[in-house]
Amino acid sequence: MSTVFLYALVGVVLFSLGLYALIVHAHLLRKILAINVMGSGVFLVLVALAKRTGEDTPDPVPHAMVITGIVVAVSATALALTLMLKLTAETGNAELPEDSRE
Amino acid sequence: MLQWALDALLGLGLLWLAWCALMSPNLLKAIVLFVAFGLLMALAWVRLDAPDIALAEAAIGAGLTGALLLAALARLRFAYADEETVGSPAQEEAKVRFPQWLPAVPLLLVVAGLGYVVLSLPPYATGLSTEVTANLESSGVSNPVTAVLLNFRGYDTLLELVVLLVALLGVWSLDGLALGRETAPGPVLDTLSRFLTPVFILVAAYLLWVGAHAPGGAFQAGSVLGAAGVLLLLAGWRFRAGLTELPLRLVLVAGPGAFVIVALVTMLMEGQLLEYSPEQASILILFLETTATFSIGATLAALFFGGRPQDDKEHT
Repeated sequence: MSTVFLYALVGVVLFSLGLYALIVHAHLLRKILAINVMGSGVFLVLVALAKRTGEDTPDPVPHAMVITGIVVAVSATALALTLMLKLTAETGNAELPEDSRE
Repeated sequence: MLQWALDALLGLGLLWLAWCALMSPNLLKAIVLFVAFGLLMALAWVRLDAPDIALAEAAIGAGLTGALLLAALARLRFAYADEETVGSPAQEEAKVRFPQWLPAVPLLLVVAGLGYVVLSLPPYATGLSTEVTANLESSGVSNPVTAVLLNFRGYDTLLELVVLLVALLGVWSLDGLALGRETAPGPVLDTLSRFLTPVFILVAAYLLWVGAHAPGGAFQAGSVLGAAGVLLLLAGWRFRAGLTELPLRLVLVAGPGAFVIVALVTMLMEGQLLEYSPEQASILILFLETTATFSIGATLAALFFGGRPQDDKEHT
């Protein structure tokens, strides 16, 4: 049983690492990478917890959800990258602007 | 014991690679590390008895996402190489505007909280696996994951295909980007792509067919087709002039379109959206998966290409 919680905890830490990088970095490509790592963490938690059936076969419903999620993540990444390129074309900078209130 | 050590090593490797990918000062290195992270994730899926996800992750998470990120980085550098503002590696270094430890404090609380929640879950939970096993006979396929994706929760897959299409519409509507340098492929890429494309198509067909009773299915097959498309695009292949307009769009909407038609027909005949009668379920799922495979492959390759294909013709 410890395998389940080992991978679930790895998923939790991956999610938090991604969240940290999302906050710390200003470059948009790094933010997109961070969101992808966060997503992988969520998927890992879901699939690890699906293994708790106590039998040989894990619960297939979270598996199907994660496959759906992976495909949605890649399409969202493609859209985000295009938005980033468009923003860079407009402003000449791939980073978010400084807060104007400072 | 050995298995536990393997799991621990894999978990630590995942965390280490993720950290290196997120904190690497060089963007190219960060992306390459992210691809390695994706491959390691595929191993983790196998360890968690999820071979279907491992196939999808290896093709999409590691392959296509990496290709998309690298292409975006190349376009970023190509478009702004002259200005020396964005393109130079020095500017891409991880910039930190406030003390790096500052957000780490609340995030440690997040880790502790989420970890506590995960550990407090009951060690055994059957979830929906008993219901799936009980109804697997009438689903038309014997792979439980395919049964969930295409039958029990078919509307998830229908909406997901729509999400893919909407993402492509978004990319197309943001047209007018610097498309990057068009370099002639070297002889190695040219020859390899000729040899590999038939293999990719064969693998995709196998995955599509085998998905009914073993790991595989429309998503895995579609992403392999998409990878073949990316390889062809990299090798300099382009749509022939007549194919970019209607034929390409027909392939793109074939998957969601077929799904909507089947959903409406089954609703009229059986009373519920996407409720197949057990006799026809098998052939309906194969039909839906085949159209979805073509649509997913075409959409992923088109997402990689970026702008609308016919606009590219006017530029060149």
